[in-house]
Amino acid sequence: MNLSPSKASQPALRYLLRVADTCLIHAQRLAEWCGHAPVLEEDIALTNIALDQIGQARAVFAHVAALEGAGRSEDDLAFLRIEREYLNPTLVELPRGDFAVTSLRNLFVATFQTLLWSALRDSKDSEVAAIAGKSIKEALYHQRHAADWCVRLGQGTEESQRRMSAALELLWPYVPELFESSAEDLEAVHTGLGPDWSSLEGEWRQEVQRVLDEAGLAPPAPSRFRSSGRLGRHSEHMGFLLAELQYLQRAVPEGRW
Amino acid sequence: MSHPTPSAEARVDRAWRLLDAVPDPEVPAVSVCDLGIVRDIHHDGEVLVVVLTPTYSGCPATEVIEASVIKALEDAGMAPVRTITRRSPAWTTDWISQKGREQLRAYGIAPPCTEAGPTERTVRFFPREAVLAQPACPRCGSSNTERVSQFGSTACKALHRCLACREPFEYFKPI
Repeated sequence: MNLSPSKASQPALRYLLRVADTCLIHAQRLAEWCGHAPVLEEDIALTNIALDQIGQARAVFAHVAALEGAGRSEDDLAFLRIEREYLNPTLVELPRGDFAVTSLRNLFVATFQTLLWSALRDSKDSEVAAIAGKSIKEALYHQRHAADWCVRLGQGTEESQRRMSAALELLWPYVPELFESSAEDLEAVHTGLGPDWSSLEGEWRQEVQRVLDEAGLAPPAPSRFRSSGRLGRHSEHMGFLLAELQYLQRAVPEGRW
Repeated sequence: MSHPTPSAEARVDRAWRLLDAVPDPEVPAVSVCDLGIVRDIHHDGEVLVVVLTPTYSGCPATEVIEASVIKALEDAGMAPVRTITRRSPAWTTDWISQKGREQLRAYGIAPPCTEAGPTERTVRFFPREAVLAQPACPRCGSSNTERVSQFGSTACKALHRCLACREPFEYFKPI
């Protein structure tokens, strides 16, 4: 079945925005590597992954815009919301850091997305299920690429190990947010739209742990810190990211070429 | 009209033949039909409807393909024409025709191995050799090849190198 616009509740729309914004903001960070990656192949790989993420975000935004029926387009959703209206987890908005931070975050995000798309294939919303069926194939390639690099860097030189450990120290506290559901999310989950985020945690930890083991890396002890990007409360980095992301649309509204 | 309107079936046949000459913008050696992007052609009243399934979510060629499909049909006097996007079932390299695979090879791009892409969610990262069957070199035919990078010049391709003739080549990766 396809949820008709009238039946699309606010929680459902916001659940889908959490999915799409994760792709969009992660893509923005990956795209920053264009022209800066350590080798040409990686430049191409990272921007390819960014492009896949933008494509996935577009598909979900277009669907949200249709469900919402408020005359907003996918571009309005991507470019013209204010900071508090973006619902990505904080993890994806953190600065891209060095190649170790990027590789490790890619692993975290791709593992999360393979589990998420995989579950969304069973969504009661047939459009969401179709988008997921396509995206899962891409996410598996992203995950493989990221896992490969994490192992290589973890097992590499003293310098690469040091940087991977530092990356793990930096990113690990942002992981718990990925698996926390608000009451609003659960409302959407109960309609069969998609999985409860917390249901993805067990497998995520297992898969990431296998890579970390192979890479010879150990995560730090859990901390009490909780990020809250998914609720619209972002880190100090988000404003700068949006300034760049939205610049063209704000400077030349509805600009086309 | 002095001559009878061609039947709907004949119009659909003609549309398939016309689209068979529309190249993919990123891989111009192969038509959008042979790549499996054109899934169906039918009528909705007077309107000729072409059903397209995009290859990758972020493929920038998707919009160019829609435009060139419409243009090819309209130039042949088949207006009104409309395209619709069908996402499910998701596009797979299995839909590339035998002819398309041969054209890819002749163009210097190794066609996808019949072995499907990563379908199960196992993280395979180590050792690199054990990952997947390696494609044969499209130039010399040797199967002694290695992967340089999983991502290539377009979303659908990976970068490989032939260890026999030393030439780099692109590989249309299975999904």
